[in-house]
Amino acid sequence: MKISVQSEDFDLGAECAAISRGRKDIGAVASFVGLVRDANDGAGVARMTLEHYAGMTEKSLAEIVEEARGRWEVMDATVIHRVGELQPGDNIVLVVVASAHRGDAFAACEFIMDFLKTRAPFWKKEETPEGGRWVDARESDDRAAEKWKE
Amino acid sequence: MSVHILYFAGLREALGQTSERLALPGHVGSVGELHAHLVARGGAWQALLTTKNLRVAVNQQMAAMRTPVADGDEVAFFPPVTGG
Repeated sequence: MKISVQSEDFDLGAECAAISRGRKDIGAVASFVGLVRDANDGAGVARMTLEHYAGMTEKSLAEIVEEARGRWEVMDATVIHRVGELQPGDNIVLVVVASAHRGDAFAACEFIMDFLKTRAPFWKKEETPEGGRWVDARESDDRAAEKWKE
Repeated sequence: MSVHILYFAGLREALGQTSERLALPGHVGSVGELHAHLVARGGAWQALLTTKNLRVAVNQQMAAMRTPVADGDEVAFFPPVTGG
């Protein structure tokens, strides 16, 4: 398992290749990349700053991955989340899940993202033409995480 | 006893501070009591009441108002998370 909170960019291809390198038991690698959009809630976004709770963030991501491992056959997982100042088009977050079969890989990848959005202590501040604003938590994200409780 | 308190995001900005070390009076033994103690400072500290769906963590684990606080604990207050 690889968990990283970093200001540097990541390389999707390199991370996907690394997770199955030297192994012959992995049959599926699913990935998700989240990017900074240039507009949100009706306003243009010139740039974004991502704040986090150093220490708790890494623990929280590791716990989310452990929870996914308890539900599906997860052979390995990588979660990278960027912090600091980001521009529209920049990568924010990467989740890669390796499994024997696609069903487990897809489901665990979506689960990790849904839980990361509602549990991991990151906060986004957007710079818009009207000034800086902290992004409000979305109810749709809470509902997305809720669906896994069934 | 004393605790280390951290504030994040919009709450950090409203309070104008990132963290503090605070000696607690004897009647403060839970997150809820610590919260009330801080709100009683008045002024900007009302942000602890007005932050919608305020979250709290004790020693980097999500906690609730009833969670006990002990000497040396790290207590963090913050708005709902918005990463990803």
